[in-house]
Amino acid sequence: MVAWSDQERSIITSIFSNLDYNDVGPKALIRCLIVYPWTQRYFASFGNLYNADAIKTNPNIQAHGTKVLHGLDRAVKNMDDIKTTYAELSVLHSEKLHVDPDNFKLLADCLTIVIAAKMGSGFTPEIQATFQKFLAVVVSALGKQYH
Amino acid sequence: MFFTAFSRPAMMTFPLSAKDKATVKTFWAKISSSGEEIGTDALSRMLVVYPQTKTYFSHWKDLSPGSAPVVKHGATVMAGVGDAVAKIDDLTSGLLSLSELHAFTLRVDPSNFKILSHNILVVLAIMFPTDFTPEVHVAMDKFLAAVARALSEKYR
Repeated sequence: MVAWSDQERSIITSIFSNLDYNDVGPKALIRCLIVYPWTQRYFASFGNLYNADAIKTNPNIQAHGTKVLHGLDRAVKNMDDIKTTYAELSVLHSEKLHVDPDNFKLLADCLTIVIAAKMGSGFTPEIQATFQKFLAVVVSALGKQYH
Repeated sequence: MFFTAFSRPAMMTFPLSAKDKATVKTFWAKISSSGEEIGTDALSRMLVVYPQTKTYFSHWKDLSPGSAPVVKHGATVMAGVGDAVAKIDDLTSGLLSLSELHAFTLRVDPSNFKILSHNILVVLAIMFPTDFTPEVHVAMDKFLAAVARALSEKYR
């Protein structure tokens, strides 16, 4: 069980309520596929990912980025028990998608960078700490059902 | 593609291509005048977001973001990064004295290089949102990892 202060809760809900999912989601996924190209292994069926421009304009990646970001909504709504909330998603990523859980951190780092670029100086050290704490809990929960 | 550090997963570095080096040099030329500001902000963030890093600065009176020792040290660190850019074609010999400093005097655990690098990247995204494209991001990430590798060459 992770402890959240009132301030941390309000920081997380504020970030997500001001989010343009259709912008930030794809940007984070695109950045992940370019900065950590081995993550492209999970998207063989998505079409042309041959270079950065292809990745940036791929409509499947666009849609998937939005979908993945919305996947975080459940954690935002259930901050007091992210582990249980994500049990099913963890099984999905392990048994069906076969995603190496080390990759979750890579996407989390890219999301942090995209949010930082968006918020500018508003992304203070304290907000960064809270956001990264939230993502660390999510990443840990997603890896829990792997065996 | 050959991985240079298979036995050290925490320090996986990938060789810098000519394109990587060109990207880093071009981007650095744009941002180097903000070096001090970048260093101060990155260091401030590191101390707040990763409190375990404060253990290296127990001799400072003030560890708060933007404090005098943080500003001074942020500038020192980024001057080192700038030096690394200039010596990007041979970081190992170019950063030899810094490497000895980190190995024998400072003895900073190498895991912290990755932490500081991450915070530098966050600051670059904040200060240069349009210029810090995914392509620049990957080149800078690889470069900072290569610098970290050069700095830990002499550890053991």
